[in-house]
Amino acid sequence: MTVKELTEKMGLKAACMPVPEREISGAYIGDLLSWVMGRAGADCAWITIMSNLNIVAVASLADVACVILAEGVTPDGAALDAARERGVNLLLSEAATYETAIALSHLIK
Amino acid sequence: MSESLRFTFDVDGGDFTSAGHASVQVKKNLRQLGLSPEVIRRVSIAMYEGEINMVIHAGGGHAEVLVHEDCVEIILDDKGPGIADIEQAMQEGFSTAPDQIRSLGFGAGMGLPNMKRYTDSMEIFSTVGVGTKIVMKVNY
Repeated sequence: MTVKELTEKMGLKAACMPVPEREISGAYIGDLLSWVMGRAGADCAWITIMSNLNIVAVASLADVACVILAEGVTPDGAALDAARERGVNLLLSEAATYETAIALSHLIK
Repeated sequence: MSESLRFTFDVDGGDFTSAGHASVQVKKNLRQLGLSPEVIRRVSIAMYEGEINMVIHAGGGHAEVLVHEDCVEIILDDKGPGIADIEQAMQEGFSTAPDQIRSLGFGAGMGLPNMKRYTDSMEIFSTVGVGTKIVMKVNY
């Protein structure tokens, strides 16, 4: 499934989606950035409530397919600018992390 | 060695939010060289963790990346406080990072373990009060 398809099916809002056709494989949930870098697989969807600039660097370097900010969290301006610049898909979910993960689990393996 | 490509960076210790510039640039450079995504990912994460460590603990430092025929070598050098007990620092969960760093999502005590996890070899040379040098290699 592509990031664009996921966004539509889950009813997410795209804060920015520079690479809509990117394929998603797997998922990871976490807010401690080194845990994410240590455990998240490449091409996964990463659910977090962290919203600062560093999530963009982590998403880019760990090569995840998209970041989903859950719980209605919005990225700060610097994070959004960096995401656009570095080609990081940044999606927003109004639902809680748990509900977001459940919805995700119906769509991807 | 003389034929290896070499990239060098000064890591700014003053601005925590800009940490990652060197790693992002290395990722771009390695991609242009056509290295595999998995090698690029391993090098990028190991280097970013090292960069973050230099910003948090050492007030910045120097990073050097060498692209050899059979591996990528990352050399990180700082003049920070040094690591008193390397074995302890290598344990997952051990951290001396201050609270404001934790609120940004770092300081989980996973930096050095991640660097080891993603590299094929890692050596730490550290002297308290003098600085730390870390040499990592990711094989192709």
